[in-house]
Amino acid sequence: MQTPLQIINDTLLGPGDLALEQLESLVSEIMVGEIDFADLFFERAEAETFSLEDGEVKDASYHQDAGVGVRTCVGDRQGFAYSSEVSAARIREAANVAIAIQKGRKPCRAVNLDHVTAPKLYSSVNPIPECTSATKIAFLLGLDAKARSRDPRIIQVQATLSISYREILVAATDGTLAADIRPLVRLSVSVLAEKNGRRERGSAGLGGRYSLERLLIADHSEQLVRNAVDQALVNLDAKDCPAGEMPVVLASGWPGVLLHEAVGHGLEGDFNRKGSSFYAGKIGQRVASQGVTVVDDGTLADRRGSLNIDDEGRLSQRNVLIKDGILVGYMQDKLNARLMAVPPTGNGRRESYAHLPMPRMTNTFMEAGDATQEDMIKSVKKGIFAVNFGGGQVDITSGQFVFAASEAYLIENGKIVHPVKGATLIGHGPEVMSAISMIGDDLALDTGIGICGKNGQSVPVGVGQPSLKIDRLTVGGTA
Amino acid sequence: MSIEFNSKSEKSRLEVLTADLLLSAKRLGVDACEVAASTSVGLDIQARLGQPEKLEMTRDQSISVTAFIGQSRGSASTTDLSERAIRRTLDAAIAIARVTAPDPAAVLAGPEQIIQEVPDLDLFHPWELTAEEALELAIAVEAAGFAKDSRITNSDGGSVSSVHGVSVHGTTEGLLVSQANSLHGISCVLLAEEGGSRERSYAYTQSRCSELLRSVQSVGQKAAEKTVARLNPRKCETGEIPVLFLPDVASGLLSSFIGAISGGSVYRKASYLLDRLDTQVMPEWASLREEPLLKGAMGSSAYDGDGLPTRAQYFVRDGVLNSYILSLYSANRLGLESTHNAGGARNLFFSGKLSLDQLIKNMNRGLIVTELMGQGVNLVNGDYSRGASGFWVENGEIAYPVHEVTVASNLDRMMKDDLVAVGSDLETCRSVASGSMLFERMMVAGS
Repeated sequence: MQTPLQIINDTLLGPGDLALEQLESLVSEIMVGEIDFADLFFERAEAETFSLEDGEVKDASYHQDAGVGVRTCVGDRQGFAYSSEVSAARIREAANVAIAIQKGRKPCRAVNLDHVTAPKLYSSVNPIPECTSATKIAFLLGLDAKARSRDPRIIQVQATLSISYREILVAATDGTLAADIRPLVRLSVSVLAEKNGRRERGSAGLGGRYSLERLLIADHSEQLVRNAVDQALVNLDAKDCPAGEMPVVLASGWPGVLLHEAVGHGLEGDFNRKGSSFYAGKIGQRVASQGVTVVDDGTLADRRGSLNIDDEGRLSQRNVLIKDGILVGYMQDKLNARLMAVPPTGNGRRESYAHLPMPRMTNTFMEAGDATQEDMIKSVKKGIFAVNFGGGQVDITSGQFVFAASEAYLIENGKIVHPVKGATLIGHGPEVMSAISMIGDDLALDTGIGICGKNGQSVPVGVGQPSLKIDRLTVGGTA
Repeated sequence: MSIEFNSKSEKSRLEVLTADLLLSAKRLGVDACEVAASTSVGLDIQARLGQPEKLEMTRDQSISVTAFIGQSRGSASTTDLSERAIRRTLDAAIAIARVTAPDPAAVLAGPEQIIQEVPDLDLFHPWELTAEEALELAIAVEAAGFAKDSRITNSDGGSVSSVHGVSVHGTTEGLLVSQANSLHGISCVLLAEEGGSRERSYAYTQSRCSELLRSVQSVGQKAAEKTVARLNPRKCETGEIPVLFLPDVASGLLSSFIGAISGGSVYRKASYLLDRLDTQVMPEWASLREEPLLKGAMGSSAYDGDGLPTRAQYFVRDGVLNSYILSLYSANRLGLESTHNAGGARNLFFSGKLSLDQLIKNMNRGLIVTELMGQGVNLVNGDYSRGASGFWVENGEIAYPVHEVTVASNLDRMMKDDLVAVGSDLETCRSVASGSMLFERMMVAGS
């Protein structure tokens, strides 16, 4: 069997008359003047999308993209250019732009590339040609039928099957030569339910770095449709959500978007090197309740946020960020690690060859405790039980963050009373993390749907958590 | 260092690619075909703490094809404009069109509908700017911020960006049009610190023509003013109170309203403004007019995504919903006529007569919202709940900064019943722009 490096030599370098053997000299050519680090990032990507609407698949698309990005670093300065044509001539042209970040042109060091052997955390299958378009369409039509037959109040079903395949190759002046093949599949379903003129939406999704065959397993998609339909039906009966500070119980899994916003972004190396994060300089300090351990782990098998190597060719790792409430580490890419004099953590990620890498999350979650969700709900006199969320956002300087509930219930005297309308929850990262009073025994990761945006770049991520009780959080209801 | 880009030769190159592709598609037996191609070059420079931080050159290109076989269609796109890649893209589009279900609503504009002559809307002004000059501006905008206030202690940098390019659109129904665009911007993100309080904010200027950008002085100073004004915020009490959205956030709210009257939301029944044509959706004194043909404006275009000529028109007139925002496709889905808005509405300006000061006086007591967080807008039912920060107003005067609160209501109620006034303070450097909006009441959740 061919290694990713051999495959990519043929598919990505071959068409432009390039070969692995030339990379050493191309990389060495960029090492001029004051430059202390440079890399070439090659990429070939294919993506296919099928969309279901009105009970038919009338729309589908295919996209292909390939290119190479050339980056140079001098201290904290970066020069960058890219080309969507992969050839030695275009690489030299881009390099000529990238080295203009400094004045020198004199070669300073020859580079010896050394192949990084990466583990295999996920399949290297290309899921696009795995089955025929007719099979993909038939599958989506089946979801439509399942959703509509589950309840007559369902008036609209939309579903999207997104299949992507990506080959990447990194050659860097620190000697790194690394390649990865990354499949990524995702299925999302969104339904509208209507009752007495009132319409509500429900949605659910599923995905990861695995084969299409596994994504299309009937049991999984049935569960997905049930979740979307049930959420819409619950929302048909939702009453106004209360407003103000109150206890909030969060379900396990996707509500872990809390950690992504309240903790994750603030612990990315770039913000801490620049001192712009609320968490800057707080290593060793208490930033969460006792018992709270938060981890970013890119090594989980088949997960959406997982990486064999990051986009700088570093092996991904399991990084403990908060241990028993104490801040112990940041997430780093090569540039910020070098400037902060710490090791990189395998978190250097970029949206594509046309974007610069940054420290980014992979799969971010909190470890389990020993409380039960039932006991958490029982302990609340008046508050909210939030089961599902849309997205969130954080201001990393002030620490203020939001996340929006899409399925929630009112708790009164320890009992769930009725569903309430979606509402935004707002809080301050360390304050909310310190208001966690119960940690569930039911750690779950999300189903594989997360997209994280930072400085205009999107990357797939995972989140997770056990059920949590937060003693005080501001709930943005209307009642 | 400069970026080579000859708009005339790029335009003819793309026109030839487009025409050839349409011809190949016909030869391969498709019934109709649509092609969109574009190329652009740009410069993106960032400086932080007075030093260069990033120098980036961008060069992007793409071509997308939609092939029709009978009433079925398939789309494909590529960033590789080699003959081989384009052919593979066309093949992929055709392969998809062979398996998708027929969609009678998806038709290309006929020769009698498409734009005949494309007027020059003054949208192309490449900025002759070297990387060194851009760097000087990026350093200067940040320096102006630091000089403005000693409480500015840190920075996320000053940036200068400039991009220009050409796009071509062609169909087998006789359309072959092109447009050249440029877009330039200067921005600055600053951090302030006082006591234990740390805040960030930003300011920017953007234009199609570099001469119309605001000065680095004014952008840097504005970023500094906005940042220090946020220092030492408090939460306010939970309650239903008057709320004033400043232009940045009011424009975002207007975009949500526009989303709700857009054809795609309406034919999917995913809008709270379903079945509301010819009914009141705003106060009687309010109108929403599209001006797509303004010279040099951010949203201007002579033709829409279907190749139909754009036109000035009202979507809301005297508070009544005049029309949804429709492309040929969404119009066909709804049994209506296209409003020549494939790709969305262009240059929507919403403003009133009162100055910001007068609006604050009129509000007397309530919350000014300067920033919103999160995506808590539900267009299906209009429910609105978002994180907010801004200022508390007491006796018609700003009293103190507020943070970590939410504002919640329903879009229909906000725009129809609770909108008291719109300010004259809109900034037309974006495609959707609103003056400040004063709402009689929203639920604010704080402490």
